Amino acid sequence: MNLARLKGPGVFAAVAVLALVVAPLLLEPFRLGLLAKYLCFAIVALGIGLAWGQGGMLALGQGVFFGLGGYAMAMHLKLVDAQGDLPDFMVWSGVEQLPALWKPFANPVFALAMVVIGPMLIATVLGLLVFRQRVRGAYFAILTQALAAAFVILLVGQQGLTGGTNGLTNFFDLFGQDLAADSTQRGLYFAVAIATGLLYLGARQLVNSRFGRLLVAVRDGEDRVRFLGYDPARVKTVTFAISAGMAGLAGALFVPVVGIISPALLGVVPSLELVVAVAVGGRFALAGAILGAVVMGYAKTSFSEQFADGWLYLQGALFILVMTLAPKGILGLAASARDALARRRTARSGDPEPPPADAPGRRVMEEVA
Amino acid sequence: MEAFLNQLPIGLSIGAVLLLIALGLTFTFGQMGVINMAHGEFIMAGAYTAYLLQDLTGRMAVIVALPVAFLVAGLMGLILERTAIRHFYGRPLDTLLLTWGVSLVLQQLARDLFGAPNVQVQAPTWLQGGIGPLPYNRLFIFALALATVVGIWAYMNRTGQGRRMQAVMQNRQLAAVSGINTGQVDQRTFFIGSGLAGVAGVALTLIGPVGPALGTYYIVDAFLVVVAGGLGQLRGAVIAAAGLGLLNSYAEFWSDASLAKVIVFAAIVAFLQFRPQGLFVLRSRALT
Amino acid sequence: MRNSVWRSGVAIAALATALTACGGEAPASESASVAGGAGDTIKVGILHSLSGTMAISEVTVRDAELLAIEEINASGGVLGKKLTPVVEDGASDWPTFAEKATKLIRQDKVATTFGGWTSASRKAMLPVFERSKALLWYPVQYEGLESSPYIFYTGATTNQQIIPGLDYLKEQGKKKIFLVGSDYVFPRTANKIIKAYAAANGMEILGEEYTPLGHTEYSTLTNKVVQAKPDAVFNTLNGDSNVAFFKQLNSAGVTAQEMPVLSVSVAEEEVKGIGVDNIAGHPVAWNYYQTTETPANEKFVAAFKAKYGADKVTSDPMEAGYNAVYLWAAAAKKAGTVEVEAVRKAAGGIAVERPEGLVTIDGENQHMYKTARIGVIQPDGLIKEVWNSGEPIKPDPYLKGYPWASGLSNG
Repeated sequence: MNLARLKGPGVFAAVAVLALVVAPLLLEPFRLGLLAKYLCFAIVALGIGLAWGQGGMLALGQGVFFGLGGYAMAMHLKLVDAQGDLPDFMVWSGVEQLPALWKPFANPVFALAMVVIGPMLIATVLGLLVFRQRVRGAYFAILTQALAAAFVILLVGQQGLTGGTNGLTNFFDLFGQDLAADSTQRGLYFAVAIATGLLYLGARQLVNSRFGRLLVAVRDGEDRVRFLGYDPARVKTVTFAISAGMAGLAGALFVPVVGIISPALLGVVPSLELVVAVAVGGRFALAGAILGAVVMGYAKTSFSEQFADGWLYLQGALFILVMTLAPKGILGLAASARDALARRRTARSGDPEPPPADAPGRRVMEEVA
Repeated sequence: MEAFLNQLPIGLSIGAVLLLIALGLTFTFGQMGVINMAHGEFIMAGAYTAYLLQDLTGRMAVIVALPVAFLVAGLMGLILERTAIRHFYGRPLDTLLLTWGVSLVLQQLARDLFGAPNVQVQAPTWLQGGIGPLPYNRLFIFALALATVVGIWAYMNRTGQGRRMQAVMQNRQLAAVSGINTGQVDQRTFFIGSGLAGVAGVALTLIGPVGPALGTYYIVDAFLVVVAGGLGQLRGAVIAAAGLGLLNSYAEFWSDASLAKVIVFAAIVAFLQFRPQGLFVLRSRALT
Repeated sequence: MRNSVWRSGVAIAALATALTACGGEAPASESASVAGGAGDTIKVGILHSLSGTMAISEVTVRDAELLAIEEINASGGVLGKKLTPVVEDGASDWPTFAEKATKLIRQDKVATTFGGWTSASRKAMLPVFERSKALLWYPVQYEGLESSPYIFYTGATTNQQIIPGLDYLKEQGKKKIFLVGSDYVFPRTANKIIKAYAAANGMEILGEEYTPLGHTEYSTLTNKVVQAKPDAVFNTLNGDSNVAFFKQLNSAGVTAQEMPVLSVSVAEEEVKGIGVDNIAGHPVAWNYYQTTETPANEKFVAAFKAKYGADKVTSDPMEAGYNAVYLWAAAAKKAGTVEVEAVRKAAGGIAVERPEGLVTIDGENQHMYKTARIGVIQPDGLIKEVWNSGEPIKPDPYLKGYPWASGLSNG
């Protein structure tokens, strides 16, 4: 029993060691940079896991919040590089003086605050508008998807303000560090890895709290929760805002890691891809979201290096297979394999069958629209 | 002023396109709660059907293809329903992701079968020219949309099959205990809904590109029509499509195409504040 | 809950092992690959979108580049060594271009890279190449206002395509112009230049409209254009939008005689998808057509059709990509090495007869001297040249030689 109790934290520690010690030692800088990129997506996925897996809100437009965070960061970096002049893209877009919207982003504290506050604010407003009216399930999914589409069009249209389709790129300096240097990139990797770990722990805490229980209850029976005197709209809005904040933070980390933010990253397809990743990893456990994002990111990179055309087939097929055969994702498969193994072992030894290891903790996993 | 007046028929003709692409969805979505992201690819299948028939029929392909595309896309839908979707009833969000996977595979398949570049479908010569601001091909789409709506209305209200379909839509369990084979009704609905996508695809060859990405250009708009119109509501879909078409046309007239899309989205969110279930609601006391 | 930690642990551990395994194999491949070009072969990178929305166009450029590599290898290679292409997919996604460029430079250690199509992909790759001091050859006409020391631009800049296009319209007596473009950097910059040109040349701009990329509903825009009654339309739409635009314009009864639409992003390949019916008679502006009459072009078209099929067409960006490989090879021969700085130094002044005619590298801004050609789309889908600039035009990405453009390039 004691051993079992140790398992969870033990594995978490092992993963932490792998991510913080082994990976940086073994991976060359280019691959380490890629891992950092996957982890940025993992943070968004964690937010989706929270909103969708726990809260039943299928947010198909997380790219919007990723973008808001990313652009906030990128605007700051651009202004630092410009050293009082206009950022390069404004010059060729014919903008003559710095737009008012940009001015406050010269201040690093404001920019960093906006990374999280901007997305949360917008998510809160949208959440209040939508959840109060009891727009949910598929309606909510389609609305967030349309939001992503509209957001991208808006960004692309405001070229002088946002860099248009090109997005913002060509950054040199991150808080005094040379961004091209391997040491900076290594430091960024650690920052992303640690942020992922901390956010995971935080989200887990939230899910285990009273609030988390209420959230799952809202997912499984919103009207019933309302009859009990709670306000489901508030619970959902708070969760949605938290997941938006995570996406914003991920976007801000993504910018220095990859060196670009552009509308192509924020639209309907990239947003959906992340949802897919969460489903593949296992949406009902927060760790599944992280796992899925890293696995899918890695698969995409290695697949496109081997045979580019196959990626859409593989992604599509994976998706169909996961949804039909393993709706709980990789983690769900792992868990049932473990249960099956345990059952077989006990059957052979003739012992009475013990309850599956996770039976008491397993939550209702049927989803209610 | 002339330009301003021209926007009225133009808006209605945009609405006709929206209606055609969304009509099938209102039923698959409305009756079965299936969010079919592959609907766009069924539209694409219809367009490619017209392309393939061209070799046989020349410029008449667009006309001949209408029934053929209905069958092709309908069968594709039926296969999808039988093999995958029927395991997913009651889990709409899962079907969304599942069908998105299907849509990716179909897009790549089209790319491998027909090549990545757009192909050309020649319009019948008698569709060249037009009246006022409306070319004949727009009028053709308008008439097609109208005919489809009338056809569906008649099917729903004048045939036993259609009535059973309505019954399942209103209360699946009650319909089942009354002896309706709901599984069969589902199959039929999916066949018709997907087939309508094929018809839309044929019509779209008159005005847009025919390529592997065809479906992706229309799918979001189609869903917005369904959301605004209300699930499974023929009336709602018609009014929503016309409304969005007009809004689009005038918003673009006064601003530009990019802003028009944003305005339409904002209008829909605002509209859902007043009518969260869309224009027309299926009354239900079911607890969700 | 303990459970989910357990599961996450197992999963992440498995994944990390996979990743480290991958990391383990990477250095091995690195030691196998040979930096720069010591050894028997020289690695060169090819980086285009092979999947996604841009694949339609970029795959053809990749094919042309591979053809050039094959031809160069058949005639002895570069500096006595064969070229080995390393092909990567940019997936129509700009950050992916940056990622793959990094991979080509750091892991494959390629001598040079040929790649990109959209401005966005070039802008995303630019910092990667500049900071690694590696070379990129970019094969597509673009909006100018750029001159990176580590990029060679083998497509036209604005004074070799947009301005000759305007000169042509002016010669034709077209005074009232309507501007239609996709909403991104190239059309917006091009239209800025057009407006400045119009102001200086007594032309009138009746309207300027942008539509989102992938937009397919052009009835409102057609109405606006028809009502404005321009003499000509300058079209900077990109990709699939062109199909919808020309179909809807044609069915609105607009003919090439009364209102020609001059396009700068429609080449032989695109004409097929738009449908000749809808676009025949309209002019386009490029530097090369499949029908361009030069000995080098006869050879290029024949070789391309022999390798990829008789129904394939060649177009301007394909030719520019094809040229890029030859120009780099010429520069490397002159430098006697594939080392980047030496190649850059040697490149200036290199002049080669190419399918489009004589192409000379301008050592100062690393663009090419190119002949501008206006063509008209024929009923057979090919493009016939009706006008050319007579001699190769000196590239001027910042339009410094045009007094009327002084307000545009103050950067």
